[in-house]
Amino acid sequence: MTASTRRSVLRTTAWSSLAIAAALAGCSKKEEAAPAAASEPVAASAAAAPASAASAPLKIAFAYLGPVGDGGWTFAHDNGRKALEKELGSQVQTSFVESVPESADAERVFRDMVAQGNTLIFGTSFGYMEPMLKVAADNKGVHFEHATGYKTADNMRTYDNRTYEGAYMAGVIAGGMTKTNTIGVVGSIPIPEVIRNIDSYTLGAQSVNPKVKVKVVWVNEWFNPPKETEGAQSLIDGGADVLLQNTDSSAVLQTAEKNGKYAFGWDSDMTAYGPKAHLASSVNIWGPYYIKAAKDAINGTWTTGKVWWGVKEGAIDLVSISDKVPADLKAKVDKVKAGLKDGSFSIWKGPIADNTGKEVLKKDVVADDGFLGGIKFFVKGVEGQVPGGK
Amino acid sequence: MDTYALLLAATLNAGTVLAIAGLGLLINERSGIVNLGAEGIMLVAAIAGFATAVQTGSDWLAFGAGALAGALMAGAFGVLVIWLNTNQYATGLALSLFGSGFSAFVGIKYTQEHLAARSHFSMPVLGDIPFIGPALFRQHPMVYLTIAFMLGLTWFLYRSRAGLVLRAVGESPESAHALGYPVRRIRLVAVMVGGALCGVAGAYISVVYTPLWVEGMVAGKGWIALALTTFATWRPSRVLLGAYLFGGVTMLQFHLQGEGVAISSQLLTMLPYLATIAVLVLISRNPVWIRANMPASLGKPFFPGS
Repeated sequence: MTASTRRSVLRTTAWSSLAIAAALAGCSKKEEAAPAAASEPVAASAAAAPASAASAPLKIAFAYLGPVGDGGWTFAHDNGRKALEKELGSQVQTSFVESVPESADAERVFRDMVAQGNTLIFGTSFGYMEPMLKVAADNKGVHFEHATGYKTADNMRTYDNRTYEGAYMAGVIAGGMTKTNTIGVVGSIPIPEVIRNIDSYTLGAQSVNPKVKVKVVWVNEWFNPPKETEGAQSLIDGGADVLLQNTDSSAVLQTAEKNGKYAFGWDSDMTAYGPKAHLASSVNIWGPYYIKAAKDAINGTWTTGKVWWGVKEGAIDLVSISDKVPADLKAKVDKVKAGLKDGSFSIWKGPIADNTGKEVLKKDVVADDGFLGGIKFFVKGVEGQVPGGK
Repeated sequence: MDTYALLLAATLNAGTVLAIAGLGLLINERSGIVNLGAEGIMLVAAIAGFATAVQTGSDWLAFGAGALAGALMAGAFGVLVIWLNTNQYATGLALSLFGSGFSAFVGIKYTQEHLAARSHFSMPVLGDIPFIGPALFRQHPMVYLTIAFMLGLTWFLYRSRAGLVLRAVGESPESAHALGYPVRRIRLVAVMVGGALCGVAGAYISVVYTPLWVEGMVAGKGWIALALTTFATWRPSRVLLGAYLFGGVTMLQFHLQGEGVAISSQLLTMLPYLATIAVLVLISRNPVWIRANMPASLGKPFFPGS
């Protein structure tokens, strides 16, 4: 090799590292100041009168699992952030970091958020639980909010939505719309949250169609569109004609669209991804909770704990119900929704049997949150076994 | 009965993605170059193809865009490893990482786009035969093109002069050089053709197989395609069969789950990978098999005039 060749190798290396750096910059931090907030004079006057209503905006940071454009889980969280900004205006200043991996990187992101002066930090994925606990232990003055976890600390609260209520309402529609009496679920990872959704979907379908059977496939990932497609395709090939998914992309809905079957949107409104196949979307509305948490922090009333909101609090809804759904089914969904809102209706009320025939909930007994949090069985009507279950 | 026809159909569809990429990689490995960047190439091609499909609405233009993107990526790789003699494995890995980052970066705007529903393909007459029709003759044209391409490639490699030259370059670049063949240029062309085919496979994923774009959506299929060439001992027909086998195992595990068969889905998910390892072990145990099939200069740099 001549010297000039070696130099050009170096040059090439330099160029490729530049290109990689540019690509990495694409997933870096984006900050969005609240309208009319954070200008210098405001901050100065705030320092003079710290307790007044015109105090410095509360700095709030969000860590997202995916890109805000995922059209599902993260997209819904970002809508919540926007609702928070809109509601509280100049009282808050929010920022977010997207595509934060559920690894040691998450801890660095949280520490960075603290260093930048954020005093309320949201971590929107289960896998952030341990890193957040660590950072919370070192920063007692900062409030941490963790989504979908189970561990808390004095300054770390956990929050979640009752997604199973959306699954139940979707089930009501699925039970009424199926022609083959077979509906399917593409499951992500067999944890109680997901099993509870499959069971609730089944209970909803059975409430209008006692003959309905539910087939389940697991892709063992939250987000893998090709596998979600394959799973959905095999359910359709097996005779299922209405699908629900507990995964994070719109692949299942699009597979149903391609095959002329029906499916639902999950986490966010997915009508646009499969206009013909889409029956309704079960959506997470995080805005009300984010507003409450920010108000708690501003008013000094923030306390730790576990928050589990649903239809009642406006955190879960079934939206964009298709015109293909007959009026009587829509009326049934509305009745369920109203019942959940005023507390007169419970999804998990006995008698409920698992799919081996064993009674798990006695007649007229309403399951408490402890029971719901530990569901590891399929209810009657679901085919197969819970992976790893007895 | 119909369920099995559909299972077969889904298998062909799943196998086609792997087959296109696997055949492409076979061409460039036959020339003596290992390109570990397949995953990254497929990702960049997937976004290129998806963006083209969104803008133009044409599947075929999308495949073209995917092929072009793949050829360009592979061309850059080729120049690095063939002329600048960078390490093929390290450069390939870098290309893979670059591809996943770059595709995510340029694809941000497309994550919420969606394609209009594709129309169904069905061959006249043949598509209406019971069982065989739905199983074999209602696929995307690309499925049949892939089979035709495999036959053409077999002829090219073993029956044509150009194929002989390509194999000679992979077996003994020094001899080919001594005979006056432009070894480096031939390798570059092989690498770019391989990249273009990986590109078509990437575009097939984002346009036909899972019609959407999300970061990292190729989800390891590029790596499986790489394993496939070894699995197939660098023979086109075996690449195709191996691809259908892998596709079949994937679909079968979902099918069994849907039927409620009590086999752990995690175990079933491992099956394609276990199959690869088993075949690798079997091939590697037999020195004749390995020597008879593996291009002798695979992965080794070539310095003309040395």
